[in-house]
Amino acid sequence: MIDPHLHHVPRLGRHPGRFRLAGTPVIAVMLGSSLTALPLIAQSPVLPPFGLLLLLAWRLLRPELWRAWIGLPLGLFDDLMSGQPVGSAMFLWTVTLIGVDAFEHRLVWRSYRQDWLIACLAIIFCLIGGWFFARITGGGRVELLLVAPQMLWSMLLFPFIVRQCARIDRWRVMA
Amino acid sequence: MARPPSRRPGINRKAQYSLFASYVVAVVGAVAGLLLVVIAIFDPTGFAGLRTVTAETTRPISVGLKNMVSGISSVDEVLAAYWRAGSQNVALRRQVETNRNRIIEARAIAQENARLKRLLKLVDEDQSDLLTARLISSSSGSTRRFARLNAGRWQGVRPGMPVRAAEGLVGRIDSTTPNTSEVLLLTDTGNIVPVRRANDSVPAISTGAGDGSLEIRALSAGRNPFKPGDLLVTSGIGGIYQPNIPVAVVVRVQGEIAWGFPLANPSRIDAVVVERAFEEVVTRQDPAVAPAGDTPSGNASAP
Repeated sequence: MIDPHLHHVPRLGRHPGRFRLAGTPVIAVMLGSSLTALPLIAQSPVLPPFGLLLLLAWRLLRPELWRAWIGLPLGLFDDLMSGQPVGSAMFLWTVTLIGVDAFEHRLVWRSYRQDWLIACLAIIFCLIGGWFFARITGGGRVELLLVAPQMLWSMLLFPFIVRQCARIDRWRVMA
Repeated sequence: MARPPSRRPGINRKAQYSLFASYVVAVVGAVAGLLLVVIAIFDPTGFAGLRTVTAETTRPISVGLKNMVSGISSVDEVLAAYWRAGSQNVALRRQVETNRNRIIEARAIAQENARLKRLLKLVDEDQSDLLTARLISSSSGSTRRFARLNAGRWQGVRPGMPVRAAEGLVGRIDSTTPNTSEVLLLTDTGNIVPVRRANDSVPAISTGAGDGSLEIRALSAGRNPFKPGDLLVTSGIGGIYQPNIPVAVVVRVQGEIAWGFPLANPSRIDAVVVERAFEEVVTRQDPAVAPAGDTPSGNASAP
């Protein structure tokens, strides 16, 4: 064997199950949202929004996988796991997905850099939106500067997340 | 790379309708989400019941992981303790000597206090402690500062109860599920605690800044009375927190605002104590004797 990754060779005529094809991305995003269950008592918003990063990675990697409404159930789950008010990620994620659809429609050329740019804009929109919702629902005076570090390393982390999604995707489509 | 093939489904009517319907569902859902947020403006804990399922299912995972990492989180403290261990040992031993004398004095004062109270026929049963539990996870990705406690409604925890550690105040219960509850930490921007300076009772209000520090504003007009090093304790105003729980130490003064750091760091402390709300402890009476709705002074004036 030349490539060590190809030990498991897909057999001709075999297809992965429907659950594996459709369920893997959903479960990946939900696991990303569940990372807040780690026993880490944070003093400031330090953890990047892994659920959102995984959602964007799957959406940009596989445009045909989901329709825009997938942001509703996944966003609701993220709201339940994070401390944000319920409805916050439901709204922000769905609007983001509709926005990505519209953006994709206008772009003529697409490459890795455009994907990263789209993801950066989406991350900025969702984090500022989340900050605003937390502020108006009893959060008091929260400084916008508070989410700046989180925003920065979420954007820097995105390429890594896409790589991991691509790895999972290869497993997903190979029977 | 050219862009991926357009999502426009061509002339297939069924596919066109399906795509259109998906956008309708998405937009309607987004508006519904916005409505939920608007409801949360007026009733922040209104949909906390929805969190029951996720909170209960992730509780065993968080507890298990917490048990594994609780030793690791204090590794830096242990290493720092080895540094200059000898001189520290001498200094600590001296401190123990002085503290021992103080403890004896304090014990005498406590005895005297009890005797005087007996003379006054004051019933002083401290029934404020409810239970001890652990903080198992937190809202580490959100701008709000919530921590999840490993005890809930079935253990008697109710929203509004204060949460403290031996070092000082941690926060108060925001919402509960059967076996877990959300603690609004002291450093959350929505948590306002009435405090006073420990040595001369200058009243102030402490608000979280969201980044681990506290913003302290004096209630008196005029120049800022605080200086770095001042110790702040709860004043008992408002009826939630018992008086004299240590809260924070002032580290910096900036115009009218003093910045403080909480004395209890929730990421370091192992167990926290849930207390009954102060007002509830004071006004609670012997159910056999006193009818409901009596004034809190009823106890003291009884012959």
